[in-house]
Amino acid sequence: MAIQVTDGNFEQEVLKSAVPVLVDFWAPWCGPCRAMGPIIDELATEFDGKVKICKMNVDENSASPSRFGIRAIPTLILFKDGEVVDQSTGAVSKSSIKDMIAKKA
Amino acid sequence: MNTYDAVVIGGGPAGLTAALYLVRSGVRVALVEKLSPGGQVLMTEEIENYPGFPKAVKGYELVDKFVEHLAAYELPRHSDEVRSITRRDDGYDIVVGEETLFAKAVVLCTGARYKRVGTPGEDLYTGRGVSYCALCDGNFFRGKTVAVIGGGNSALEESLYLARLVDKLHLIHRRDEFRGCKCYQDKCETNPKISIIRSTVVDEIKGDPFKGVTSVALTNVKTGAKSELPVDGVFVFVGFEPVAGFVPADLERDKAGFVITDCEMRTNLPGIFAAGDVRSKNCRQVATAVGDGATAATAAYAYLEHLNA
Repeated sequence: MAIQVTDGNFEQEVLKSAVPVLVDFWAPWCGPCRAMGPIIDELATEFDGKVKICKMNVDENSASPSRFGIRAIPTLILFKDGEVVDQSTGAVSKSSIKDMIAKKA
Repeated sequence: MNTYDAVVIGGGPAGLTAALYLVRSGVRVALVEKLSPGGQVLMTEEIENYPGFPKAVKGYELVDKFVEHLAAYELPRHSDEVRSITRRDDGYDIVVGEETLFAKAVVLCTGARYKRVGTPGEDLYTGRGVSYCALCDGNFFRGKTVAVIGGGNSALEESLYLARLVDKLHLIHRRDEFRGCKCYQDKCETNPKISIIRSTVVDEIKGDPFKGVTSVALTNVKTGAKSELPVDGVFVFVGFEPVAGFVPADLERDKAGFVITDCEMRTNLPGIFAAGDVRSKNCRQVATAVGDGATAATAAYAYLEHLNA
């Protein structure tokens, strides 16, 4: 399962992480986010230990989404050493997320 | 290699229905879906015209019901994107993500997706003020000013939804008359938050790297007058295009790329059927997708019987 992150632990879990981190910004009202949810959890299992896979509910957390200029969901952001290295918006397939991780993480 | 009698591609209402009918008929069938099931229904807030739900039903609730209906059956699923379909012997190789499936019959239910309007700034600001899903992104524009581009049912319906959240909405349409249903037009015209700008095209979506979208540059197509309108977001609803980039080149399609079938959902290629929004047709509704799915599954079953005879 993906790790649920909040504004409170974003710094620690994501920006200070020793391994690359993929964050799925989502909300319960968003259909395409719901469609991506299970894929994100599968990726968490597949990349266990290599890439940290997180979800952030933008309905309950507003500081981090606004810090990264998010105005559409689902948005995926890949972080490495606290920096944004790649980003994509809209529901995308599992293989395209894996491609993103392979190229940038 | 995974070998099946039939593979259904797409997990919207058409695909889920086709899979249900095929699995119940006892053939070996698999469902391929890029994401989890649902399709465009998941982008719809409420469905008011699907029989059996007189009080309307949320898009995701209807999908949950469809999925629940399949839960009792053994249906292998492959969740990734289809890359190609190639004819081999008396069937087709279907490349899904990193694996290849083989099936004697293929039911294409890949649906349609929103079209881009093709204006400068659109790609640059997608996800940063430009959106194609009011239900997903409307909340980011609470109390703000947005533009909606389009003139069909989607543009009108989504404007009415967005007007409940935003402070001001400019509905920009390139023609004088709307294509959408009169009932939605009347509601848009009388909604105090919606201002309608007719005969006008968007030349550019402008913004800055930090704030995202800040304005749209407009031209009135009748007078040639140019103007700029400050907005925080732009919602694009200018129609749909089929999701069919991976189909065999000799599969017959209409000018817009939708797959041509007969009334039994058979395409020009033996063993390939199409159902739902990906088909060339006029009426694209959950109710028609479900009907197409059942018809296609029945035709695919008859085709498989004929092959085995």
